[in-house]
Amino acid sequence: MSDPEILDCRGLRCPLPVIELARRLPELPVGAVLRVLADDPAAAVDIPAWCRMRGQEYVGANGSGYDVRRLI
Amino acid sequence: MSTYFDAAAAAPLHPVARQALIAALDDGWLDPGKLYSQARRARQLLDAARGSMAESLGVRDDELHFCANGTEAAALAVRGGLAGRRRFGVTFVHSAVEHSAVLQAAAGESVPVDRLGRVDLDAFSTAVKAPGVALAALMSANHEVGTVQPVDEAAALCADAGVPLYVDAAQSAGWGQLPSGWSLLSASAHKWGGPPGVGVLVVRKGTRWLDPRPTAQPPNLPAVVAAAASLRAVQNTATAAAARLAPLVERVRTTVAATVPDVEVVGDPVNRLPHLVTFSCLYVDGEALLHALDRQGFAVSSGSSCTASTLRPSHVLEAMGVLSHGNVRISLHRETTSEEVDRFLAVLPGVVAELRAQAGVSGL
Repeated sequence: MSDPEILDCRGLRCPLPVIELARRLPELPVGAVLRVLADDPAAAVDIPAWCRMRGQEYVGANGSGYDVRRLI
Repeated sequence: MSTYFDAAAAAPLHPVARQALIAALDDGWLDPGKLYSQARRARQLLDAARGSMAESLGVRDDELHFCANGTEAAALAVRGGLAGRRRFGVTFVHSAVEHSAVLQAAAGESVPVDRLGRVDLDAFSTAVKAPGVALAALMSANHEVGTVQPVDEAAALCADAGVPLYVDAAQSAGWGQLPSGWSLLSASAHKWGGPPGVGVLVVRKGTRWLDPRPTAQPPNLPAVVAAAASLRAVQNTATAAAARLAPLVERVRTTVAATVPDVEVVGDPVNRLPHLVTFSCLYVDGEALLHALDRQGFAVSSGSSCTASTLRPSHVLEAMGVLSHGNVRISLHRETTSEEVDRFLAVLPGVVAELRAQAGVSGL
């Protein structure tokens, strides 16, 4: 698998990382993985919750990044 | 027009509490611990308040301890419960969604909850059966999302394991029947309409508990009298109050889900407190939402990280795995009217839409 796209949201406070994720993910092809770099502690809760609400796949946390796969 | 929707933080003072407080300030300002005859009246007031509160809670007079507030009562329950069982172990088992007053009282082993905020009883059972457990804690109902915990079942598991159970009943006391089977219980008078500054700790007979304080402070007698009188008053009307408020909470849950796009209504839909409801709005800043509602005259609370001094999201929402930003908790009280709830429901969709438009996230 190729390296995931990186979305750097470090320094952004919630809900901004989730908003940036919602903007960027639809620009990627279905099946692609986006790695969101975020240091706001709320991102660890809100990114998986967003995936659940939007029917996207939360792949997991990877270092300071959260991997999301576009399903729809 | 201003509407107070934060009774879970502090309920408005009940008229009976105000009356009792004023009367007790005249009659109960003496130190009840003194031996001269004038102090007898103060002692009588304290004994009567203790008796009344014990009866309201369904416990014995000598099982009640008064302290400075609910936070202190929780700390005394946890630290005293652990100290009393040091011979058997040091582990403190608690649900992941306990109040921070409980979590900060001692380090412990956290038992997960499900998406609705209900404790995982299998995991709780495994945790309390492990060797070296001194104390377990499970709250009666959650202060942020309203989910009622299966305390009776947890108490049975604890009894099997020979581990005492502490129940933080801060959000349930005054709302009807308390759970059974516990060894320690705490509550806070200003959550039921009593005055601030009265915490209640119940230590059941036979519980190993060591008071961690060097000396117990003398009770704030007028406040204790008012707390006892108001608890009796709210208990008498608890069933009717719950029957009136629970449908209002249900109206909020269904209407918010139907009229606000991208909202997550959280907490158990059925087994819940009658007066508390919580939801999170996607892409909305919790602090901005709180201030926007304040400008519309609504006092509400939020578990979003931007509203916390620590800048961390609520550990309750985190443990449940639900959206933590754009979070609003509204908690109703005995004076809340149906009209106030309807006005909130009429205003909310526009407030959320405007905040989303300002942030450029409409339709995202």
